Amino acid sequence: MLKRTPLFATHVGMGARMVEFGGWEMPVQYSGIIDEHRAVRQGAGLFDISHMGRFMVRGPQAEAFLQYVATCNVAAITLGQANYGLLCQPDGGIVDDIFIYHLLDEYMVVVNASNRDKDWAWLQQHSAGFDVELEDRSERWAMLALQGPAAEQLLAQAEDSTTHDLTHLPFHGVALTTVFGQTALIARTGYTGEDGFELFFAAGAAPEMWQRLLALGDVKPCGLGSRDSLRFEPCLALYGHEISATINPYEARLGWVVKLDKGDFVGREALAAIKQAGPSRRLTGFELVGKGIARGDYAVHSVEGEPVGVVTTGMPSPTLGKPLGIALVPTALSSEGSAFEVIIRDRPVRARAVKMPFYKPRYKK
Amino acid sequence: MSISIPGDLRYSTSDEWVRTEGEEVVIGITDYAQDALGDVVYIELPAVGTVLTPGESFGVIESVKASSDLYAPIGGEVVAVNSDLEANQEPINQDPYGAGWLLRIRPSGEEEPLMDATAYAAYCEERAH
Repeated sequence: MLKRTPLFATHVGMGARMVEFGGWEMPVQYSGIIDEHRAVRQGAGLFDISHMGRFMVRGPQAEAFLQYVATCNVAAITLGQANYGLLCQPDGGIVDDIFIYHLLDEYMVVVNASNRDKDWAWLQQHSAGFDVELEDRSERWAMLALQGPAAEQLLAQAEDSTTHDLTHLPFHGVALTTVFGQTALIARTGYTGEDGFELFFAAGAAPEMWQRLLALGDVKPCGLGSRDSLRFEPCLALYGHEISATINPYEARLGWVVKLDKGDFVGREALAAIKQAGPSRRLTGFELVGKGIARGDYAVHSVEGEPVGVVTTGMPSPTLGKPLGIALVPTALSSEGSAFEVIIRDRPVRARAVKMPFYKPRYKK
Repeated sequence: MSISIPGDLRYSTSDEWVRTEGEEVVIGITDYAQDALGDVVYIELPAVGTVLTPGESFGVIESVKASSDLYAPIGGEVVAVNSDLEANQEPINQDPYGAGWLLRIRPSGEEEPLMDATAYAAYCEERAH
């Protein structure tokens, strides 16, 4: 039985196309991936991301515990701020990528939907010896993302505050406010490469909140299809594609999320050694010189025809108007201008390594 | 959402349609197929003169999300391809039975088992959950 968010009936009622994703029955598209993609780049789009995991971490050693399981410097996340981090295995492989929100006397950790059970078990297991309390709030709270350059101005109209607190919210800031009469946590975070917000509030209020946010004006309901194309252009990693248990942060070009000098944490020793030696393979962006569209899992060969890597994500970029891809290749082939072949339907198609990101994020900082 | 299924066409299980026009047949993908694919952004079609056998993959059609093979519902020689689609694939989504046609074929007489509109409508209904 597939799991459903509090908005399942709303999505079906509004005519969204539903698909299975990571054990969840979710909308893949409403008006169409390209239409939704453009709406978020130019105006605003609304996503139901209630399938993601939301775990609370509190207690005297909450910070110390998170420092031990995450690769980022949790001590540097000030109250009311959030930051990107990774959970790594002792061998440096990635358990998941996460967002850590520093709230009053507690932290909220947001994890990928497909990794919810695994991450919960991982956190439980590593909490032994720490004076912390973990609580899974995933079912109790809904989570929406309002993304796009118009998001701030639209959400300000929904906020029941004359001081319009959320317009003052810095990049990655998080605050408790009231939206359409509902108490909600609002964070200036997202997964689209645009300015935007993520909202956390009581699950029961989700259908009304969804409808009222859409009624604010030019807000398009969006599905997971455009969520994927929007995160692909700024080259934001997707678990199971750019990152996984067998891909380490240096290979994934996420070395900036690993703070080796912050003290001990799970995976530190292995990661220090990997950094010292330099990764033997790395992610690179690429464009196709020949015709076709590269897709995730397609093989990458050297120009001599040797299998050397794999496409992690590939699709036609709606904003740039051409097929692009991200591939895991030997480090020597990961520098701009390198040539390799992507095997598209049994046929090698020449590709050229290009800089990432394909689309420069337009965050409000 | 209602799917358009013209009564005068025949249909394959891989969602291509077949229209007989004199000695030749025109083929394309159905409204159901274009709706399932989403916005088409790329298509590869065979060259004029290619001889297709029924059931053979003759090209590929791609949307942002997915890539899909095209299969020949009937055998024969390709006498024309809709080359306008190379630059602009929108007609496949907007007008799949008209401006979005794919190939014109001189049939060899060999065919995949094809459905009439009623059977195809039931086939589409079956797959909707």
